[in-house]
Amino acid sequence: MLAWFSENTLLLGLAALDGLSYAATVFMVAVGLNLVFGVLRILNVAHGSLFAIGGYVAATLGLFIASHGLPAWLSLPALLLAAVLTGALLGPVIERLLLRRVENQEPVLQLLVTFALFMILEDLQKLVWGVQPVVSDAPVRLLGTVDVPFGTDVIPFTAYQLFVLPGVAVVTLLGLVWFLRRTLAGRMIVAVTEDREAARAMGIDAARVTLLTFSAGAALAALGGALASPTASLVPGVGAQTIVLSFAVVATAGLGRVEGAAVTALLIGLGRAFAVYFEPELEVVIPYIIMVAVLLVRPQGLFGVLETRRI
Amino acid sequence: MTSENPGNPAGRAAGLITRRATLGAAMAGSLLLPGRQTQAQAAKPAEIKVGIATYLSGPASVFGVPGRQAAEMLFDEINEAGGIGGVRVRPIFVDEGPGVDHFVGEYRRLVQSEGVHLLFAAISSADCLACTPLADELKRPTLLWDCGTQRIFEDNRFEYSFRTQANATPEILSALLYLLRAKPDFRSIAVVNQDYAWGRDSWEIFRTGMQALKPGVRIAAELFPRFGATDYSTEITRLLALRPDVVLSTTWGGDLDAFIRQSSDRRLFERSTFVLPLAESSLERVGKALPAGHIIGARGDHWFLHPNPRDQALLARFTDNFRKRFNAYPIYPCHHMAQAVFAMKAGYEKAMAAKNGGWPTDAELAGAFRGLEFPSLTSSVRIREDGQGLENQIIGTSHHTDKYPFPVMTDMVVFPAEMVTTPVGQKSTDWLKTLKPDIVQGLPQPVAYRP
Repeated sequence: MLAWFSENTLLLGLAALDGLSYAATVFMVAVGLNLVFGVLRILNVAHGSLFAIGGYVAATLGLFIASHGLPAWLSLPALLLAAVLTGALLGPVIERLLLRRVENQEPVLQLLVTFALFMILEDLQKLVWGVQPVVSDAPVRLLGTVDVPFGTDVIPFTAYQLFVLPGVAVVTLLGLVWFLRRTLAGRMIVAVTEDREAARAMGIDAARVTLLTFSAGAALAALGGALASPTASLVPGVGAQTIVLSFAVVATAGLGRVEGAAVTALLIGLGRAFAVYFEPELEVVIPYIIMVAVLLVRPQGLFGVLETRRI
Repeated sequence: MTSENPGNPAGRAAGLITRRATLGAAMAGSLLLPGRQTQAQAAKPAEIKVGIATYLSGPASVFGVPGRQAAEMLFDEINEAGGIGGVRVRPIFVDEGPGVDHFVGEYRRLVQSEGVHLLFAAISSADCLACTPLADELKRPTLLWDCGTQRIFEDNRFEYSFRTQANATPEILSALLYLLRAKPDFRSIAVVNQDYAWGRDSWEIFRTGMQALKPGVRIAAELFPRFGATDYSTEITRLLALRPDVVLSTTWGGDLDAFIRQSSDRRLFERSTFVLPLAESSLERVGKALPAGHIIGARGDHWFLHPNPRDQALLARFTDNFRKRFNAYPIYPCHHMAQAVFAMKAGYEKAMAAKNGGWPTDAELAGAFRGLEFPSLTSSVRIREDGQGLENQIIGTSHHTDKYPFPVMTDMVVFPAEMVTTPVGQKSTDWLKTLKPDIVQGLPQPVAYRP
């Protein structure tokens, strides 16, 4: 075993770099889904659509910047702007007009409502952006590549992949943890997550907290899409594929756990990268193998806590 | 109750009329039922209704929507020219996006409720495999307009289904032959294909052919990322480290665009020669992210700058009209749709000629397609006795020019259909094993891009 590790140290290092950047993208989407579930107790199937719309808006802004001869560096803040725009415009509308109306309904009905929303948003994407792939890779080209030594060889990585994706994910994680634990608004969210009724009894405006949390979750999904857009091609259906993986991350992490989403995204990212290197046939199924393995041992997820049934 | 009174003549007569009327109605009704329209359709219809299955949703809509656009344009042109035999044609589109089960229901609905006279189906190989037995059951002529699986006519014989283009075997074999001539000394290869039937089957065809024509090539990696993947960074790192001489990818759509862009960003194109049999459909989108010097194909004899089209004016008119109407160059699904439309027209005309101008029944129309030769936008296609279309294949090398903001093809080779298509009655996997390396010596000469 040790001999195998020493033989493959360099490859493991490369795989770890790949796994890290992949994990960053997965985390951005999963953490938003997790946050929303924590407060609303609704598994939002339309979360994948918000990812896709964030990506499309970012690509549109990027193409606008390029076509109008504006400085290329503007394409980087445009990614953030796309996420904020998507979260601020769509988040409140979806929460107020749709999710609030099914707040106290059966989970299956809530699931169906978000699924219907997902279908509507998919068609909306096609109406606005068409069916041909959309891409704007200015941020990747702007930052160039970094040569990583590999024995006597070098492997070019994009600086965007090595630094921007993991960097934004780490900042998001730390920012969220700080916000939830150190600020009043964050503590209100935690209170509503823990016990909505008790939070209300203490004077917290749970409806407002829910609205803000959902909008933040939508913005995080959109940020995931925006960050993916410079390398990915946005096509109809990209949201559906994202949401499936996000569900796997959230279920493995434990529903409602932010740090859990980070650790699980890392596990899945690294697991997938190692699979590509050493057992490519497992690449597609590795996230689900990890999920099943974790849930067999800890049905509540890696970081989930067992709840007693409330009567 | 009168009809039940045998002692009353009037009542008996009334009863007979009622029974006759009932029988007549039943007979008329049965004639209107699907599968029994053979006699009814011998009369010239008010319009020819054509059910067209294509992807209008999901990732494959990058092919399905251009295919639909081509159909709309060509149906309009046929109607402006007076229709087929004086009868207007009307397309009825259905979406393949929801999956095979939904498509089977749609196929039945098109035949039984819409009463379509002919069907074009489909892009998905799974949909084609599902509808060919259905076409025989419902006795409705069906043109397989885009799907690639070679298994349809190799595993079965169908009376009402015909493919108006090639299949996966010639599409992939021609890319392999081109590679063998362009880069005969390659020693290692890696594959990056989508993880579904097409990705696996096309690699199987390529590998089987390669092992017959150039045994001993090292397969450095077989990577099958999930269908719809947006991030290929891990696969690209792996390939950068392995340095295979050749990277094969039959990936398409947004997946291929992402793979090309990410490979370009990380200079993978500098280390390996890429073979991309479906890249023609991505050229306009990826632009010059795809460098010069890599092998690209078009799933047939399709290219708006074809080096030797049978009718230059026809190709130019189609390209110009499509660009004016849809603001894009026509990609291969547009050519495939054109072939289905041209086959439909030629099939009706052949069947009518055989009846001295009379309108053909479903069976007569189906019979006309077997052995039919019809024009394509670049050459012609012949439907063999087994229902498979014989279509040439064009493969070229990517080339940059100032005239277009995307790569064009140079050193184009048009492979004759007979050279690269599995003979009637044989299975591709068996036939590929019989190929001999000297086949490469007999390939047509490449033609350079002419500005």
